[in-house]
Amino acid sequence: MKNIDSLFAAYMAAWAIFFVFYLTVALRTAAIRRDLDRLKNSVARGK
Amino acid sequence: MMKNVLAAVAVFLLLGAAAYASFFIAPTDAKQGLIYRILFLHVASAWTGLTAFFICFIANLLYVWRRQPRWDWLGVSAAEVGLAFTTVVLVTGPIWAHPVWGIWWTWSPRLTSTFVLWLLYVVYLMLRTLVEEPDRRALFSALFGIFAFIDVPLVFGSIRWWRDQHPQPVVMGEPGSGMDPIMYKVLFFSWFAMLALMTLLLRQRYKLEAMRSDLETMQHELEEA
Repeated sequence: MKNIDSLFAAYMAAWAIFFVFYLTVALRTAAIRRDLDRLKNSVARGK
Repeated sequence: MMKNVLAAVAVFLLLGAAAYASFFIAPTDAKQGLIYRILFLHVASAWTGLTAFFICFIANLLYVWRRQPRWDWLGVSAAEVGLAFTTVVLVTGPIWAHPVWGIWWTWSPRLTSTFVLWLLYVVYLMLRTLVEEPDRRALFSALFGIFAFIDVPLVFGSIRWWRDQHPQPVVMGEPGSGMDPIMYKVLFFSWFAMLALMTLLLRQRYKLEAMRSDLETMQHELEEA
């Protein structure tokens, strides 16, 4: 069981990187969707 | 929506199966012991990152040729996804190196060329924030992306052409190099799982870029009206 802590750290680090990346994509998508909706609403109100 | 959730669950199961195979099916390495199992994560991530950069390169070429925005969207999406996988490579590499080599990092050809690759794609993404006009931004980043891809063959060839602290290639290496057949199967299965994750991330990231383009177009139309 030598070096199991390093092995565990490597897997945890990799999963954290993928998770953070996925989260940033999801957050950016949500922000753009909000902006798009706001813009569409303001265009609809202007008509 | 339901399709997206099912795709995410399928990818998650695949990654879980790959991790199980890496820990419990692949035999333990006689020299390195347990720590060598990082290989299934490190090498699979490296191959997947290079695959993403290759997709970016093809998309950049197609943008220069066709000037269609969708190739720009694919290019930037693949660059970001490739960067995530290369970050995993650069983080897991030293974790593996420390117990085996006794050092975290050395400026050997393979490690240096991989770090330069990571930096090049960081610059690719930063360059995009400097140009506001969408067509010029897409063309500049496509040209830079084509240039950045030159480093990919260097990463591939570095351990074949020069003496390196990094282990010799386990696939397409010299005669006598290689691994146990079960290790190969687990490695290719891990790569397959990583490719599935890459596809999932790429799809999400592409959708974001398409929406950003819609937003920019709407804002531009409103400013002109």
